[in-house]
Amino acid sequence: MTTTTPTKRRVIPGMGMVKGLWVTIYTMFRTIFRPGKYLATINYPKVKETPVPRARGVIALDQEACTVCMLCARNCPDWCIYIEGHKEEQAPSTPGGRVKVRATLDRFDIDYALCMYCGICVEVCPFDALFWSPEYEYSETHMGEMLHDMDRLQDWLETVPPDPELEK
Amino acid sequence: MVLDQDLVRHLSESSVSVELQTEEMTLNIGPQHPSTHGVLRLVARVDGERAFDVQPVIGYMHRGYEKLSEVRTYPQITTLVNRIDWVAGYANEVPFIVAAEKLLGIEVPERAQFIRLILSEMARISSHLIFMASYPLELGAATPLFFALRERERVLDLLEGVTGGRFHPNFNRIGGVKPAYGSGSSTRKVIQDLPAGFLAETRDAMDKVMAAVDELEQLVADNEIILARTKGIGILPTEVAASYGVSGPNLRASGVKFDLRKVEDYLPYHLFDFEIPVGENGDCWDRWHVRLLEIRQSVRIVQQAIDSIPSGPLQAKVPKIIKVPQGETYVRAENPKGEMGYYLVSNGNQGPYRLKIRSASFSNISILPWILEGVLVPDIIAIMGSLDFVLGDVDR
Amino acid sequence: MNFLTELFSNFWVSLTGKLLLVALMIPLIGMVIGYAEMKLSAKMQARVGPYFAGGRWGWAQLIADGVKFFQKEDLVPDEADRPVFKIAPVLVLVSTVAILVIIPFGPGLIFRDLEVGIFFALAISSLSTVGVLMAGWSSGNKYSLMGGLRAAGQLIAYELPLVLAVIGSVMLAGTMSMSGIVEAQISAGYPFVILQFIGFGIFMIAALAELSRIPFDMPIAESELVMGYLTEYSGFRFLFFFLAEFANMFSLSAIAVTLFLGGYWLPGIPEDVLAYAGPVILLGKTFLLVFTMIWFRWTFPRFREDQLQSLAWKWLIPLSLANIIITGAFKVYL
Repeated sequence: MTTTTPTKRRVIPGMGMVKGLWVTIYTMFRTIFRPGKYLATINYPKVKETPVPRARGVIALDQEACTVCMLCARNCPDWCIYIEGHKEEQAPSTPGGRVKVRATLDRFDIDYALCMYCGICVEVCPFDALFWSPEYEYSETHMGEMLHDMDRLQDWLETVPPDPELEK
Repeated sequence: MVLDQDLVRHLSESSVSVELQTEEMTLNIGPQHPSTHGVLRLVARVDGERAFDVQPVIGYMHRGYEKLSEVRTYPQITTLVNRIDWVAGYANEVPFIVAAEKLLGIEVPERAQFIRLILSEMARISSHLIFMASYPLELGAATPLFFALRERERVLDLLEGVTGGRFHPNFNRIGGVKPAYGSGSSTRKVIQDLPAGFLAETRDAMDKVMAAVDELEQLVADNEIILARTKGIGILPTEVAASYGVSGPNLRASGVKFDLRKVEDYLPYHLFDFEIPVGENGDCWDRWHVRLLEIRQSVRIVQQAIDSIPSGPLQAKVPKIIKVPQGETYVRAENPKGEMGYYLVSNGNQGPYRLKIRSASFSNISILPWILEGVLVPDIIAIMGSLDFVLGDVDR
Repeated sequence: MNFLTELFSNFWVSLTGKLLLVALMIPLIGMVIGYAEMKLSAKMQARVGPYFAGGRWGWAQLIADGVKFFQKEDLVPDEADRPVFKIAPVLVLVSTVAILVIIPFGPGLIFRDLEVGIFFALAISSLSTVGVLMAGWSSGNKYSLMGGLRAAGQLIAYELPLVLAVIGSVMLAGTMSMSGIVEAQISAGYPFVILQFIGFGIFMIAALAELSRIPFDMPIAESELVMGYLTEYSGFRFLFFFLAEFANMFSLSAIAVTLFLGGYWLPGIPEDVLAYAGPVILLGKTFLLVFTMIWFRWTFPRFREDQLQSLAWKWLIPLSLANIIITGAFKVYL
């Protein structure tokens, strides 16, 4: 089947149009009488499709795990992650021991109006603080509300699904 | 409006004249138009219904990819690059990553190559199904749109299951495909291998795509009206196509049996058995039919690949911060729209020094002034649709 | 009852009543056929169609659309020729409404039984050509102009087969009055389509072209000229064109049913039942033809303008002339 020349086409003039009419009419009857199998659309928002667990909907943050290393903000192609942090001293675990210095987050914002949903930030984070979640219904009426701050990103953590099983 | 006063005067003056003197009109088709696949502007000088000079004006969607690439690293550019031809997202990343790998000199593991091949062929099916949907719509038939898009949803769901994104997969990394979330020192690496059930779903989806392609052929291919609108329209002779740099299905429909998948070795196509459909006349019907046959061949390739995926690592051993050594290379690939090439010049940094993108649609629409000379206005739409270009690919 | 018959025997009262009825029928028919088109086209494309407006069936969708059109801003483009722009949709709608006057819904159930019923209908329906040309010319837009000129050429070219196809049926009936044609079919015992199948086919094709529906949709080629001569119309002026198209579908189908398919009569139904069942039968047959028009629209692409014209002049007109000659010979020698 390397060439595209039609070999035996159009024996009866008009058959092409009849074939087209036949396809349309049987699709119509199938959609009316067996919608479960042949209907291609669902009635959003009464019925919603669940996306696959790996779908890139929104990024969730685990604040406890973040060490303010800034790798995600540096590697973002759009530079849409804004991080500010400060160093805190923590009491030593044993009396007389060394004072531990720990970086804590002041501000961690992701601007979803700029975000490209590429996933580089999630991928380069060495401390598993960022996760993908397949939630997609977070549109707003104001551009400014597309900037999700620390607490809102923490809330998305509940929607993160468990890892899907792999093939074989 | 300048036209009506002059025309009215002409009509009132010429009482019984053999030739009605008509004036030419400059018609601006686009940039906002339902049929130009994006923001393409055609400045057409028409005389009644016949256009005798059509000049395309492009650049309404120029996003500066080549300039953007100069200040970004390779993983970041991979993200950007699959927005060039957004209909077949995955196919844009592959030649870029292969170019970087060539300069680095690393070898990609087999499993990663197979996954790349399967996803590239799915991108091809997805792009050609969009063509199947939109081309009859431009000719007036509204129903093939829904049939083709219904099948494309299955392919996009498969892509989403593996990569997480439907249109912009961002799944290639230097050395292979994306191996995991989390870097070396993280405790919880989520391996991004194929999810469970992928092979069975792919087989099922490919069967349904074949059935839908048969249905589309029955609905559209023999239809007398389609044949009257596309047979013999927009004939592209072989020499003209070759001299203008047309590539992909447009070139194959003009009779040239040339497919980069058989010539180049950026992906292991030599392991699979598929044919290259070639057209005879180079008219619009041939271009449509070549793409229909290519969907079938792509389905064949995917079915063969699914049955023989090897197991193994997903990415070669690469350092964490990748610096590509100095050098330059050009890698070309068979994108659904044509030949896509990346000319990569590197000077040892984390990002390229210069990246030149040779996009398929840019060369494909360079033929528009030649092919649209002296055709009727409805045929302009039919011919433009059959060239199957996307403005993101033209303007980058 | 006596009071009502006395009231309606007054000419002016019955005239007002008939006018009101015709005026009410047009939006009603338009909405019903529009809803049917939306739902049927959706089923042909494996979708659902209107669903939310008015419960699970979405029957209120077109009412909502009508309200939406009414509350839009009344835009007249700067370069447009204002009086012509405003009158054009009215002309198109009036030419549709006038056809309803002569359709027999039952024995004696006709708004006005004219002696030259079919001639009147075809004459009035050709007014829409003028309306379309006015719309295209006065919009001040090159696309509209091209669409209007294409429309004018197409409509004029297809008037001829439309009229010639009708003549065969008129010859078989012997009268031009619409109720007379139906009575001729009743007394003959068979609908005229059995003898006049060529005429019926030509009439349906020409009707599709008169309506500017796919496959003859060049004037409103949506993917090329962004609605052609209708581009600059919005709001209730667009509603007029919109309703006119659906009402015209009904009118031309009703004429086809009356002339070829037997009108309000079905073989085997006695005369007195026909007074009540007649309208239902007529509506049923008309709906079948309307369904065919919808089916054709969503299956086929559109013809190019010159192919359209060559189809009309080279094929349909000679065929319809041949049809007249054969019918004439049939009538004379049999």
